[in-house]
Amino acid sequence: MVNIAEQPEGFEGQGFFATKLDSAIGLARSYSLWPLPFATSCCGIEFMATMGANYDLARFGSERLSFSPRQADLLMVMGTIAKKMGPVLKQVYDQMAEPKWVMSVGACACSGGIFDTYSVLQGIDTIIPVDVYVPGCPPRPEQIIDGLIKIQELVQNESLRRRNSDEYKKMLESYHIETL
Amino acid sequence: MSEIEVKSAVPMTPYVGMSNETIDGEIATLNLGPTHPATHGIFQNVMKVDGERIISSEPTIGYIHRAFEKLAERRPFNQITTITDRLNYCSSPINNLGWIMTVEKLIGAEMPKRVDYMRVIIMELARIADHLVCNTVIGVDTGALTGFTYMFQEREKIYEMYEEVCGARLTTNIGRIGGFERDFSPAFITKLKAWLKEFPAKFDEFDRLLTRNRIFMDRVIKAGPITAEKALGYGFTGPNLRAAGVDFDVRVMNPYCSYQDFEFDIPVGQEGDTYDRFIVRQEEIRQSLRIIHQALDNMPAGNYFADVPDFYLPPKAEVYSSMEALIYHFKIVMGETPIPAGEVYHSVEGANGELGFYLVSDGGRTPYRLHFRRPCFIYYQAYPEMVVGSMLSDAILTMSSMNVIAGELDA
Amino acid sequence: MAYLNNTELLAHLSQSLGEKILNQEDTFGMLCIEVNRNEIVDIISNLKSDENLKMQFLTDLCGIHYPDNKGKELGVVYHLHSLENNIRLRLKTFFSIEDPTCPTLTSVFDAANWMERETFDFYGIQFQGHPDLRRILNMDSMDYHPMRKEYALEDETRTDKSDKFFGR
Repeated sequence: MVNIAEQPEGFEGQGFFATKLDSAIGLARSYSLWPLPFATSCCGIEFMATMGANYDLARFGSERLSFSPRQADLLMVMGTIAKKMGPVLKQVYDQMAEPKWVMSVGACACSGGIFDTYSVLQGIDTIIPVDVYVPGCPPRPEQIIDGLIKIQELVQNESLRRRNSDEYKKMLESYHIETL
Repeated sequence: MSEIEVKSAVPMTPYVGMSNETIDGEIATLNLGPTHPATHGIFQNVMKVDGERIISSEPTIGYIHRAFEKLAERRPFNQITTITDRLNYCSSPINNLGWIMTVEKLIGAEMPKRVDYMRVIIMELARIADHLVCNTVIGVDTGALTGFTYMFQEREKIYEMYEEVCGARLTTNIGRIGGFERDFSPAFITKLKAWLKEFPAKFDEFDRLLTRNRIFMDRVIKAGPITAEKALGYGFTGPNLRAAGVDFDVRVMNPYCSYQDFEFDIPVGQEGDTYDRFIVRQEEIRQSLRIIHQALDNMPAGNYFADVPDFYLPPKAEVYSSMEALIYHFKIVMGETPIPAGEVYHSVEGANGELGFYLVSDGGRTPYRLHFRRPCFIYYQAYPEMVVGSMLSDAILTMSSMNVIAGELDA
Repeated sequence: MAYLNNTELLAHLSQSLGEKILNQEDTFGMLCIEVNRNEIVDIISNLKSDENLKMQFLTDLCGIHYPDNKGKELGVVYHLHSLENNIRLRLKTFFSIEDPTCPTLTSVFDAANWMERETFDFYGIQFQGHPDLRRILNMDSMDYHPMRKEYALEDETRTDKSDKFFGR
């Protein structure tokens, strides 16, 4: 017996299965996330190892890496973000279409890491909202995959109305991100 | 149609209908980066292109400037090893051990032969790991993704070996001032021997895939060439310089860490183009394997650390029983060991070239000035000259064959 | 191939430069001489074209700041290497922080271009004659030169880090 995916709660009958739209779409989205690898430094090399054959990220649905923000769901920021790079990161985030998730991989992206210096942004959450933080310097590929699984859980349990809610809009305003 | 003056480093391949005029009278400005799938690292290149032909290129770097040199002025010596990891992060052990050797030169410590041979094995493994990244990525940029997938598996095995020695995969912090914290475990030797038996065959497979492949050769031959004089003027070192024809290798010129005991060749190219850089790196991997074999077979017995009580942690049993050991332990861990005053420049042959450390100490607990001579930073200056006049796709290949690692570029 | 050692090199240099050497020392196997900034370009250029020395490789160029040496606070350090003779040389030149200028080496070595830009970025040393002297690693909008000793490592606008707990 092969388990393909966890079946969401619903009502089953002969030839049909009824569930909430949220769960069905969440299920589909979570197993086909297209990540944008924003790899800047050492964590980027660990990401390359994660994409490799040993720790294969493609098993989790992230087969197609998208370097164009217009076609990506998940922004994986891997590596140190310097202040010079900050506006570039913000622009890439702005270009992504909703719904989008952000995963901050590595200590430098989460909080500046060991580089408490004049030129390094102390955490990307000073400029964009982050969903999952993966600590480590660099995190092992297993940790990056764990982060992706947590993103998948967030995606599965997200309400379809979340992106239009007032709370979400207020949060984006606090980051000075313009919403249409 | 306007006439433009194109200064090109290569004679332009003639195509039908070619003249010195622009195609539509329009020169497009193309922004390559900082986030771009083909630039392996974050640096920006604003290129002016006429169709596919590049007219000018202006690089901008600094997008990952982490202020290593200022950071080093705040940290005692054993804490600086962790930041040297992050210079050329594809081959961190070479950076670590280069820094440790600089300190040992300053304090005047002699290492036992066993330590030297252990260091050589680790540095050559790191060199192989770095060259595998560079060459597989040249393959990826020409469309051959298979080499990448297969060779990264071999890199995983190298990572496993690092883990046996120091516990980490990528940012290794390998070695201590005065040697190593523990001897090579039997597990490491077993893994190394098993890998040495299997790797050459797999590497030959990768070699057969690309080296004499008609499509690959047509792509990379004559892409981004540079002459030996220009390369020397631009401060090139490492495989990029050797591909241009100059056999300058710091391991041979200024031998360190008992490299004079080993027999190895220095592969040298002719044209300095992408194909030569690829072949030089392939051959260097083979030479590194030779060195590792020699080091493993002739490994001398002895201590894995030198007698440098000021910098090398004493054994834990002594720390708990003897007063001097406790004081040394405290001073080393808290970073209160006074460093002898003086200035020293030491360089090692990194995977990209001569990685130098210029250390000025005034007797305090941290360096007064530490400057890293980073090979990537110095040879990337020549990039505009190497690509102007060639096609856009050749420019991408030139960039990946130069093995520009952003961490080393910006420090 | 004439391999030189440091004594021969020093003898050769004293002969050709004589008075211009202000200070010299042997630092862990590398000869180090101090010269005046007005003569540095000529000296290096002569070292490069000299038939016997052939110092044709510029290994490194960096800056240094000694706030306590009044009148000679800022300095530029050059590392040269003769590949044929397998010998290295370090040259230093110091000048006052009130007048942070130094002639550029880009006419002699192409490699000096970005190295001088980095030194300008970190120390504020203006290289006269440099084709394109602007910041290279830091943001263009930065208004100070961070590697000078009076500036802290951390960003000065941080309010969340209290020195009370982080001592030094």
